[in-house]
Amino acid sequence: MTTPPIETEQVPVTPAVPVEEGAHDHTPQVWILRILSALVVPAVLVLFFFTFDFLQQRDINKLVQVGVALIVGVLGVWALYWGMDRLVNALPSRAAAGVRPFAFAGPAMVLLAFYLVYPAVNTFILSFQNDAGDAFVGVANYTRIFTESTYLVAIRNSIAWVILVPAVAVAIGLGFATLADKLPRKSEAAAKSLIFLPMAISFVGASVVWTFIYRFRPEGFGEQIGLLNAIVVAFGGEPVDWLAVPLWNNLFLMVILVWLQTGFAMVILSSAIKAVPEEILEASRIDGANEWQVFRRIVIPSIASTVVVVWTTILITTWKVFDIVYVMTGGREGTGVVAQQMVTEFFTFNNDGMGAALAVILFIAVVPILVINIRRFREQEATR
Amino acid sequence: MTATTETVRSPAAAAAPKPSKVRAGSRFPVYLGVGLITLLWTIPSLGLLINSFREPSSIRATGWWTVFGEFFDSATWTIQNYTEVLEGGFANAFANSLAVTIPAVVIPITVAAFAAYAFAWMEFPGRNLIFVTVVGLLVVPLQMALIPILRIYTGFELNGTFPAIWLAHAGFGLPLAIYLLRNYMGSLSSSLIESAKIDGADHFTIFTRLVVPLSVPVLASFAIFQFLWVWNDFLVAIVFLGYDPANRVLTVELADLAGRGEGQLSLLPAAAFVTMILPLVVFFALQRFFVRGLTAGSVKG
Repeated sequence: MTTPPIETEQVPVTPAVPVEEGAHDHTPQVWILRILSALVVPAVLVLFFFTFDFLQQRDINKLVQVGVALIVGVLGVWALYWGMDRLVNALPSRAAAGVRPFAFAGPAMVLLAFYLVYPAVNTFILSFQNDAGDAFVGVANYTRIFTESTYLVAIRNSIAWVILVPAVAVAIGLGFATLADKLPRKSEAAAKSLIFLPMAISFVGASVVWTFIYRFRPEGFGEQIGLLNAIVVAFGGEPVDWLAVPLWNNLFLMVILVWLQTGFAMVILSSAIKAVPEEILEASRIDGANEWQVFRRIVIPSIASTVVVVWTTILITTWKVFDIVYVMTGGREGTGVVAQQMVTEFFTFNNDGMGAALAVILFIAVVPILVINIRRFREQEATR
Repeated sequence: MTATTETVRSPAAAAAPKPSKVRAGSRFPVYLGVGLITLLWTIPSLGLLINSFREPSSIRATGWWTVFGEFFDSATWTIQNYTEVLEGGFANAFANSLAVTIPAVVIPITVAAFAAYAFAWMEFPGRNLIFVTVVGLLVVPLQMALIPILRIYTGFELNGTFPAIWLAHAGFGLPLAIYLLRNYMGSLSSSLIESAKIDGADHFTIFTRLVVPLSVPVLASFAIFQFLWVWNDFLVAIVFLGYDPANRVLTVELADLAGRGEGQLSLLPAAAFVTMILPLVVFFALQRFFVRGLTAGSVKG
């Protein structure tokens, strides 16, 4: 998922919450009630989902399943929260005030704990274990990653991806946003839609789209149906198996992600450019600045913080990219990346230890961004 | 051009005619640049679209650009690829994708909305610490969660069931949902909430009657973001639903077809469009919300 960093300007105006009596009660009874109230909704949900045989039968009509899931997902979950709220009302008012927030926020916390916090901790532990996860092997998995060429190549490629993809996507997105800003409104909107459109396509879909660009047929095996080779042949060249050319094949795969992400960069940068006050731009033009100088000296500094946000967002997406490599080359021909290698290890080779170690490496690399996010969030909250 | 002829640009003036910032003579390079990039960005999907309607034999034999010589020849075009693809598993995969996506979007929204309300408008011990944890979880790679959850699911024989993947997607989507909704709900006017309280409304009533209706824009933004993410997801689908043909979602079916090699080549373009059609319809129908949904986390609004 694109996990966007927090933008500095975004200052949530969180109101001062009036403290209800009993909100900070710390008696054991209240804590037991709090924990229970948090667990009820997830427990009922899980029991319902997993005990109804009906939802597990695969040959049953899919749309009936969706219907049931929808009713449960909306009305059922809503009704559960409502029921919990009624139950809390039955408590003495002081205890109710202490328990109610947990009936509201608790289920989300339980789901987060189960689906993110616990697995993350467990993955750390697994990364020091063997392939089956039944014996500790120390740092052997990490040693393998930092000595064997498959993994070193994957790390090298991942680093190249996160350096090049965000840079190119932001550069093209910024250039396009700047140029499109000078067009009449309708042409600008149309051109922007077309650039943004790939954002709607899955990474797998995009890989198929680009298959028909990179397709290669050796000479004598028919006409080239890949656009790139058709162009090469039309100019008298020999067809090239683009995805098998060492080092370059990585670049060709990166192009796919650039194609997907440029629209995102362009849309956000475009709105940042439009927020630069027109008076300042005009004033500098009157003072004799040409368009390039206006762009370089006025626009760029004004949108710098947005550029950083866009850059980091694309960087995180790029770091976790897996589908494109997995579908296009499977990591062969020296095109592996860390995220794809992680899936290959645990899913294809059933080596949980190696998979976990690679996941930890994926995680550690984003820790600085995590810290920055939390720090920024704290600053915002402090200034609210 | 002087400053006096310029319209001051502000959000309120967005609907006003756009000031012409560039002299007509210097427009040409701008059109050229924009046109070139737009063309480059459009060609890959345009080629695929054209290919998807060509005769299977010609897809295998020649490039899609050759159609421009025989564009008005009815023998060039066919919908055979689409019917073949739908009968060959993509209709089932489409239903599976819907069956995975709809609950995986709806469940986290409900759960996150209640939590976001509590974080914004209720006082409880650990509130700030827990919310900071949620902010931290925003960037934790999904890969960190896959192996342990797969082990638990396998242990309880839940792998390959829809509820298993609904709850997994719900869990993975929650940090962003809670974060967005809490910031939005927290920015609602506190005097509004206070006056509702004075009128005797309890938290549940304030939440359902006041806060949720006022939060529709951010709920829509997140819904679109999550829809797109789940619909286009490949990783969570292969891990928790797997390659079992009955269970495949569209991305898995497409990846499988792409891996089958030259023989299935003529089906690939149509298959790819079947996987893209719903996001594209949503894109064109709800473009404004769509962009807002995708950018929800990184820009205001």
